[in-house]
This record gives sequence, structure tokens and C-alpha cells, in this order.
Amino acid sequence: MKLEARSLVKRYGSHVALDGASFSTGPDDARVIALLGPSGGGKSTLLRVLGCLLVPDEGHVCVDGRDLPHDEVGAQAERRGNGFVFQGYNLFPHLTTLQNITLPLQEVHGMSALQAEQRAIEWLHRLGLEGHEHKRPSQLSGGQQQRAAIARALAPRPRLLLLDEPTSALDPVMTGEVLDVIRELAEEGQSIVLATHEISFARKVADQVVFLAAGKALECSPVSRFFQQPESNLARQYLEGLSRYR
Amino acid sequence: MILLAASAGLYAMFLAVDYRWNWAGVWRYRGQFALGWLTTLGLSLAAMVVSVAAGFLLMLGCRGRWMPVRLICAGMVELVRGSPLLVQLLIGYYIIAEALHAGFPMLVGIVLLGSFHAAYLAEIFRGAVESIGASQLEAARAVGFDRMQTYRFVIVPQAMRRALPGTTGQLVSLLKDSSLLSVIGIEELVQKVRVMNAASYAPLEGYLPLAAAYLIVTLPLARLARGLERRFAYET
Repeated sequence: MKLEARSLVKRYGSHVALDGASFSTGPDDARVIALLGPSGGGKSTLLRVLGCLLVPDEGHVCVDGRDLPHDEVGAQAERRGNGFVFQGYNLFPHLTTLQNITLPLQEVHGMSALQAEQRAIEWLHRLGLEGHEHKRPSQLSGGQQQRAAIARALAPRPRLLLLDEPTSALDPVMTGEVLDVIRELAEEGQSIVLATHEISFARKVADQVVFLAAGKALECSPVSRFFQQPESNLARQYLEGLSRYR
Repeated sequence: MILLAASAGLYAMFLAVDYRWNWAGVWRYRGQFALGWLTTLGLSLAAMVVSVAAGFLLMLGCRGRWMPVRLICAGMVELVRGSPLLVQLLIGYYIIAEALHAGFPMLVGIVLLGSFHAAYLAEIFRGAVESIGASQLEAARAVGFDRMQTYRFVIVPQAMRRALPGTTGQLVSLLKDSSLLSVIGIEELVQKVRVMNAASYAPLEGYLPLAAAYLIVTLPLARLARGLERRFAYET
């Protein structure tokens, strides 16, 4: 996958979340792109713009050579080809784990009830959630909820899987469970964009890193170069700060 | 138990003021009483359907995309909630319905009572809908739902449970407010009892069965709502 952003601006009222961010992931195909940077730097907003969950106020995004639409109808069509996973899981609490996955398959992707159920069960089993199909999200642990959310995002076979700090709300054991799943998916060739603070994971799994701070993309480079010789002072400080206690 | 204790207490009060009972006079009018009860039930039920449907539409209007629709719906809600039902019934029936040549008092009554409570329900529904968190709406967009699907599959099922307690209370109020429809000539239960009391020279006797007749409906209604709340219960 190739990502290119040109002077992206996104404001929330008077707060500027993206302040003219521009980057390009380069000529080589990247499977996994990690968005790194301090909190409030614009990672989550950029991830939402890349997935068409938000439309930027200014600027353009190009995914694999295609310009992302700025109108709601086009953005919705684009969204339906993406899978999202959020920090707070965001499962639907009134539905069972199984229904959380089958409902979008049936209503958005036009699958029959039977097909949808088969597909959902396949994914739930793959992500180690057999026996939890008929539980509500509140009856699952955080790690299980996040794996169910990943199953929901993947069941429609998205072109792009976008993960917004998927492990920030989890304890180390559950974090391990979820990161294992993401690594497996990456190894199978799923295109992934991941906003995270787990730098050692990003280092292992990502191909490209986009480093964001204060709404600007300060760096965009292959993962080995970013970790060995970060260009900006801020990136260097960020990496030092994160690795001090690990 | 509480009901029994309350009845006993009330009976003691009546004894204390040396009230002379005249049940025989009232008993003669039991047929009229039953007829009034059925009228009250029927028109309240119809008005409940009107109020829930109109309340839902008003709520959608208040949250709509078009500014004029939003303003009109919000204005209607405030106007209706801010003025007495009695005035709305009198003006609505003797002026508006008359001008529109809508003759049936029953129909007009149902619409007026239904729309009065629709304004309150619209606000109860709006509160419930707006309590659904932004993360749920974002999740709905993320899985590809459009606006309609988001309402149908995500917002309404979750908001319904939160709106249930308020809605039940409102419907109980509606049932009791139906007694005001006597001012536009509908012979519902309270009016029947007034006539019955006057005809049988029994000033208060009719009001006790009247209270019981309302409670027979409102208590099960409250129970039903509790049951529904339990059925839809889940942790968020």
C-alpha cells in the first residue's frame, strides 16, 4: 500500500488537530504503516482521515494512487471497504459478540444470515473466542473485547485495517494477546495502518513509520532508518522517553 | 400490603369525619361506570399510540439537518409544554377543529391529548438518544452504517431502554389527563362519575371506584415497564 498526504488540515472548533501534515510512504509497497508520536500530535485524527471516517478541512489523501473522496456518499463507500479498531473497542453493548459481527455483514455487505454467521464464527474461532459467541461485550475481558472488535473489522475482508491505539486500554497480558493477533495478520499480508505507543512492536512489525507531532508529519521513513537514526530532535526525544523504562 | 394499609387508613379517615355512605345509589349506575371506563381506556390507548409516534417524529425533527424543521419542531415542543392542556383542548376543539370542520369530538380529543404528551415524550426520547455516546456513533459509521441504519440498529435499541422509565410515567399521566376531555363533551370515566354522584346524591362515593379503576390500569402498566427494562438490561 502507498499512502500520500498533501497539506492536511483538520480542525475541531478552534483546536487544530492536523496542521498541514504532508508525507509520502515512498516508492516501495508497505504492508504495515505505524503512526507514532506524542499524544495529541494528530495520530488518531490522521488515522480517521486515512480511513475516511473524517473528511479533512483542507488537503488531499491518496491511497494506492486514488484520491480519497471529500463528499459523504463517496466517503461512506470508501469506509465500507475499511476495517476500524478503536482504543475503547466500541462494540455495540446491546448485541452479542456474534451479532456485533453479523449485523454489518448482513446490513452493509448484503450477506445472508447463514453466510454472515459462518463468516463471523470462523473469525471468532480464529481469534480464540470460541464459546463466547453469545455473550455480550460486558461479559468479556478487555483483551477478548478487543479481539472481538478486530474480528468485526476483519470479517468483511477490508482492503485496509486501521487500528487506533488498540492496546492502550489493556494490561500487559491482554496487550500481548492482541499484538499477537495483529502480527499474524500482518504476516498474512493484511494491509494495516496502526497508531500506537508500542514502539518495540512497531519496530518488529511495521515497514514504514510516520512520526507526527503538533499536527505535522515530522518524519516518514522506513522503520529501520527511523529507529536507528531519527532525523528530528522531537522523534529522538520521543524514542528515548519511551525506551527509558523498557 | 401497601394498598391494603392505605385503604384501611382512608376508611378510618372517612369514619373520623362521620361520612354517611350511600353505595346503593351509586350501584345503580354501574353500567354507565363501565362504559366510561371503556371510553377512557380506548381513547387513552389511541392517544398513547399517537403520542409515541408523534413524539418520535418530533424528536427526529428536533435533531434534523434542516434548520427550519429544527426550529419548527423545537418551537412546537416548547409551545405545547408551556401552555395548559385545558386551554389547548378548548381552543383546539372549539376553534381549530371547528374551522377545519373536524366534527368528531372523540377523534379530536385523541389527537389533542396525544400531541400534548408527544411534546413531553419528544424531550424524553431526545434525552435518551443524546445520551448514546459519540464512540457508539463513530463505531456505527466505521462498520459502514448510514444515518438510517445507525438509528435503527445502534441508537434506537439502546435509547429505548433509557427512555422506558420516563415514557411509562408520561403514559400514566396521559391516562389521568384523559379526564380533561370531558370539557369537549366526551363522556369518559370522570365525567360519568360526576353525573353518577350528582344523580344519586352521593357526593364522594363514585370517586373511590374511580381511583381503583385508574389504578387497575396504571399499576400493571408500571409493572410491564419494569419487566421490559429488565428484559433489555445489559451493562454498557
